[in-house]
Amino acid sequence: MSKSSFPTAIQRSNVPVTIDENKCIADKGCTVCVEACPLDVLAINPLTGKAQMTFDECWYCLPCEKDCPAGAVSVEIPYLLR
Amino acid sequence: MNTIEHAVDVLVIGGGTAGPMAAVKAKQVNPNLKVLLLEKANVKRSGAISMGMDGLNNAVIPGHATPEQYVREITVANDGIVNQKTVLAYARNSFAMIEELDRWGVKFEKDETGDYAVKKVHHMGTYVLPMPEGHDIKKILYRQLKRNRVEITNRLVATRLIVGQEDGRIAGAFAFDCRTADFYVIKAKSVVLATGAAGRLGLPASGYLFGTYENPTNAGDGYSMAYHAGAELSGIECFQINPLIKDYNGPACAYVTGPFGGYTANSKGQRFIECDYWSGQMMQEFYHELESGNGPVFLKLDHLAEETISSIETILHGNERPSRGRFHAGRGINYRERMVEMHISEIGLCSGHSASGVWVDEHAATTVPGLYAAGDLACVPHNYMLGAFVYGGFAGESAARHANEHGQIEVDPAQLDAERQRVWAPLQRESGLPPAQVEYKLRRMVNDYLQPPKVTRKMEIGLERFDSIRDDLEVLHANNPHELMRAMEVHAIRDCAEMAARASLYRTESRWGLYHARVDYPERNDADWLVHVQLHKNAGGDMACFKRPLEPYVIPVDDQEKTAYQRLRISSTNTPEAVAP
Repeated sequence: MSKSSFPTAIQRSNVPVTIDENKCIADKGCTVCVEACPLDVLAINPLTGKAQMTFDECWYCLPCEKDCPAGAVSVEIPYLLR
Repeated sequence: MNTIEHAVDVLVIGGGTAGPMAAVKAKQVNPNLKVLLLEKANVKRSGAISMGMDGLNNAVIPGHATPEQYVREITVANDGIVNQKTVLAYARNSFAMIEELDRWGVKFEKDETGDYAVKKVHHMGTYVLPMPEGHDIKKILYRQLKRNRVEITNRLVATRLIVGQEDGRIAGAFAFDCRTADFYVIKAKSVVLATGAAGRLGLPASGYLFGTYENPTNAGDGYSMAYHAGAELSGIECFQINPLIKDYNGPACAYVTGPFGGYTANSKGQRFIECDYWSGQMMQEFYHELESGNGPVFLKLDHLAEETISSIETILHGNERPSRGRFHAGRGINYRERMVEMHISEIGLCSGHSASGVWVDEHAATTVPGLYAAGDLACVPHNYMLGAFVYGGFAGESAARHANEHGQIEVDPAQLDAERQRVWAPLQRESGLPPAQVEYKLRRMVNDYLQPPKVTRKMEIGLERFDSIRDDLEVLHANNPHELMRAMEVHAIRDCAEMAARASLYRTESRWGLYHARVDYPERNDADWLVHVQLHKNAGGDMACFKRPLEPYVIPVDDQEKTAYQRLRISSTNTPEAVAP
């Protein structure tokens, strides 16, 4: 198939995990939330050096929030379920 | 992207519940074995119990229950379709496992005399042991993995088992790293499959792909891998469907609130089932009530005393699915003030709750030499977390003994090339379909065509749709290794959907209440169908079903007991449709 067979668009979605960048210590080498997530949806943003939710694939299970040593992570119920 | 080869003695795939236990027990059989625990997420927080567990659902504790009584209960709860030897092997080792977990530091509820505080939830016996402080269980398992020197690798996604060309014996597994897409060839003398349920099969009513009952990391990878390795699967038509808090999609009722006096009620606040233990028959009654004029169904706690409700909240908001409190807060729901709306879950495959899984014997051996299975994925009906630990133990011990006695089979280079090409293809295409979109459509079709009550023609149409989605798999496109993980999961989900349809079509009767309610074959037919339905890849490479006769029961079940689970409805609510509004 040629490349033009699959045009795609980018859709926005409100994600359930918020990182308080003032508290997040990922820029000091912490990756606790990134490692805890069963779905591997958190990553360190290379521009800010802070953690962020990169994929909207959340089980709202909370290890990221419970294990964060800085209290920087908060998890909401995903909008579609709220 | 690199190709990395690694050789071990015992490979355990899945680091949730059964997997860590298997790895520890394999090392305890022979500390010289190289045992690798391979995990798709991170062993510290993976699987169905990533946030702990609030209780044991099937504790067989002397003085409260006997193994024989438990085998009878599960035989009846699963409408006679059990290999009793496997259930008995669980039951006989249940208490020893509780004591071992207790020594490891898992905290179970005890009464003032130090005896285990077992509660009655099942229809006949008494098997529920609360763990109000069960949130630490993963940490305790992790400590044992370190103590026993188990090698651990995280973020590796297993895609296929490696099977010897000549004797069909296990030789390891292929996997890839979901952050780098590096391809792994892991050679092993024996393999334990402990990848959990097929929890991303049906689409939750919310439409959110990851708002599943099961941890959505458990996408059915193991069911697909076992099938392609030539293993027999069993009872796939006995779907998992659970009664859950609507939209939140987490459990709440029977095991935790039941012993405190909470119960499942209709919109009038009336109890309509005698027993909240999850069974197909219970789900059938739940479904009837949900669809009736008395629906929907609610969890009723608002009649309980303040201190009781506080205790329930402490447990429910601290274990297993702790975000539940936030969900209720967001909706303005307080257990004290009103009943909480419930709904049924999407369908899944999970022997931990129902009976759908990879066929195993009482040593956790599958039909593939050298391959063992345990946990939600292995067909030992209603096995739950404690069953995962017990069978994880069996699987680890069996796998260690097999590795002691057998050499490593060479990996066929052609098999390796073909799998690497299949796995890397979505990354190498310049464009294609996004995995999430294909997954959404596939799982929406699962809901449309497979969700009980099952209809023959609908399931046939479903099979046609799943077949055409096979073509879509060939044009999946991944932008990065993470999306590649989702793409390969869609492959597994599609296999599970086809298995679910074929096994359901094969069994031309109704059984297990809602789990296999066939509208055009409404009666249970013991004359023809008191058998296991097995599914495998046949010699021609096609998905095929066949009957496997029941092994003679080792624990007889009397006629009165046999029908116990068919009498769950409370007689005064027998005809919900007829009740005046």
